[in-house]
Amino acid sequence: MTAQMSTRLSVAVQPEDFDLGREYTALLADDRSIGAIVAFVGTVRDLNLADEVVALELEPYPGMTEKSLNKILNAAAQRWSLQGARIVHRVGKMYPGDQIVLVLTASAHRGDAYEANNFIMDYLKTEAPFWKKEWTPEGPRWIEARDSDDKAAARWK
Amino acid sequence: MKIKVLYFAQLREKFGLSDEHIQLPESILTAGELITHLSTRGGAWSETFDGTQAFRVAMNQEMIALDTPLVDGAELAIFRPVTGG
Repeated sequence: MTAQMSTRLSVAVQPEDFDLGREYTALLADDRSIGAIVAFVGTVRDLNLADEVVALELEPYPGMTEKSLNKILNAAAQRWSLQGARIVHRVGKMYPGDQIVLVLTASAHRGDAYEANNFIMDYLKTEAPFWKKEWTPEGPRWIEARDSDDKAAARWK
Repeated sequence: MKIKVLYFAQLREKFGLSDEHIQLPESILTAGELITHLSTRGGAWSETFDGTQAFRVAMNQEMIALDTPLVDGAELAIFRPVTGG
């Protein structure tokens, strides 16, 4: 299936927090053909690999990160019938409980929005240039990529 | 050929460098050869590129395979597998 010309795709990479309600309203707009919106929000956990996490820092590759996210949205819109999709990914320092990432997908029927949302997150985690540094009471450490994320992305191939 | 190389995250910290311009010897033609070339610098460079860790390379902000020929004037980036989301 080819992406509809009217599919509204957008990305934002920003240090600022986002407002789920505002993002949802903006994506819904006045599009009465939308019958389903799926929202995924990733937040900072206080525990990772059995260690207490006091803060997290996200580093992007300015320019390429946005390009990569747009490419993932376009791939999703080619594959599913979407009215719109949006990614907001925060960068910089965050703390347990903070929001990190938002993926919104809108479609006529829920199947497309659900699957596309899952696909976008799986590819974001394995393709988009972001690196995560964690502060534990022992100091900072860069997080290593996980095989389980590669496996999750591979299931869409 | 002359290229610009960017380093991110753990590599930027280890090298104490976020980017540099490199005039490559004529024998260096691919992304993989660039990494091997950097590994001969000694210190943190040799430690990092000792063949035990996986790296990704982007050229002009597109992911490329290690056997991809480098283009004169390109912006290269070398980084560890990504961990966003």
